[in-house]
Amino acid sequence: MSTPPGAAAFCLRLVRRQLLLAFRRPIDIANPLVFFAMVIALFPLGLGPAPDQLAAFAPGVLWIIALLSNLLTSDTVFRGDYDDGSLEQLLLAPQPLYLSGLAYICAHWLVTGLPLVLISPLFAVMLNLPAAGILALALSLLLGTAVLSLVGAIGAALTVGLRRGGMLISLLILPLYMPVLIFGSACVQAAVTGVPTGPYLAILGAMLSLAIALAPLAVAAGLRISIDA
Amino acid sequence: MYFDSLQAVLEMDGHGMFVWSAYVVTVIVLVGMVAHPLRRRRRLLRDIGGALRREQGAGQEVTN
Amino acid sequence: MWSFFHKLGSPPWLYGIAGSILRYLLPVTVIALVVGAVWGLLFTAPDFRQGNSYRIIYIHVPAAVVALAGYYVMAAAGAVSLIWRMKMADVAMKAAAPIGAALTFVALFTGSVWGKPTWGTWWVWDARITSMLVLLFLYLGVVALYEAFDNKEAASKACAVLSLVGMVNIPIIYKSVDWWYSLHQPASIKFTGESTIDSSMLYPLLLMITAFYCLFACAMLMNMRAELLEREAKTGWVRKLAAEGAH
Repeated sequence: MSTPPGAAAFCLRLVRRQLLLAFRRPIDIANPLVFFAMVIALFPLGLGPAPDQLAAFAPGVLWIIALLSNLLTSDTVFRGDYDDGSLEQLLLAPQPLYLSGLAYICAHWLVTGLPLVLISPLFAVMLNLPAAGILALALSLLLGTAVLSLVGAIGAALTVGLRRGGMLISLLILPLYMPVLIFGSACVQAAVTGVPTGPYLAILGAMLSLAIALAPLAVAAGLRISIDA
Repeated sequence: MYFDSLQAVLEMDGHGMFVWSAYVVTVIVLVGMVAHPLRRRRRLLRDIGGALRREQGAGQEVTN
Repeated sequence: MWSFFHKLGSPPWLYGIAGSILRYLLPVTVIALVVGAVWGLLFTAPDFRQGNSYRIIYIHVPAAVVALAGYYVMAAAGAVSLIWRMKMADVAMKAAAPIGAALTFVALFTGSVWGKPTWGTWWVWDARITSMLVLLFLYLGVVALYEAFDNKEAASKACAVLSLVGMVNIPIIYKSVDWWYSLHQPASIKFTGESTIDSSMLYPLLLMITAFYCLFACAMLMNMRAELLEREAKTGWVRKLAAEGAH
């Protein structure tokens, strides 16, 4: 009889398991990125292909699309494990739900947020975002998508037990995404106009710290409610 | 009273449309806000009372 | 002290006391609303800058103030229901959400109608208006989440969590929208700042704010009574009440 693993080891295992599951279905990782690319293609069609006009909208557009593609995947954080019952096992496990919830979110961010950060410079160039803004875009997305994943997980945890959770989750969490959008796009805008981006990144970092501290509490409560229902 | 005539009250120096439409919509929403729970409570009481009488009626038929 | 809390947890007691409060509060509220509205509409002088359109203030400001306060009432009730597992707090929280949403809508609509003659436009993406819009979304989220659950007990708990998450976020949203607006503030629209309001205009406004608070309380108590009946439909006291009402 082996002793149960400690909380840290348990969380690492959870993250590894989620990543393994994700890599077995690479289409799920590619989907939000393809969505991102497609919506990028919509903007020149809707706004006209004039390069300077696109460049003016680029910071906001890139951030809004990043937000939407995150929203698209936030429904799936707990969905699979709820359907096959392993979430119920997680609730019975001796390890704190706070940390295991955080592990799920971490895995979700590694699969959705991080690829988006890495690929965003490519799309930024396609939208004529000035070179000065590209690093700021990647950095603000790096911090911002993590906040989005944390907040999105709250909505996912509350709606995981519902059959028609997909549309509802966007109503629940989009208002909470707004501060991230404001400071994320302002960060890119600042970099483009030559203003220091440090304060914006600091605020995004503060939001991330607050979200890491509080969001798992709500996620844990939400999961308990959804499983009990 | 600030206004001289009913006409002046309705017109409010050209702002009557705005003022009165704002008040009318507000009244509609507020009345709806209060009427909805009232109607819901009445309906519930009626439904529960009806179910109760049906039960009693059924019970009497069986005993008779 | 404890017996009061025990009573508060008892549905028939709460149903009865809510009924007796309503018997007095509702007429007082209606009178206050009518007096305040007539006073504001007919008996005050027009604003020297905005003319008569400023009379919308007597519904706009009370609706906005109470809509915001209502979210805190809802979140506080949600916290009580989560921490002390008090069923009646669930009922209170569920009762507050649609009222808050309605009042937020009233505040937005009247603000928009007020904006047209004052600023020449129906809608401005100003910090306060945008925050109110977000508040409406937060309320609608709670209502929609409640309706989505079949199990109403789980629905109340989920809404309690959501309203607490919203409460943590309201200051953040408000501050960031405020900052965003000061960054983008268009120069063409001049807002009249917190100008000192004449006391002849202030008294009816204070009356209307009080009346709206009372109206919120009335509507909430009425919602709670209806909700209690639905939840307790199978219990003796509701059956007795329904039987009395039927005859």
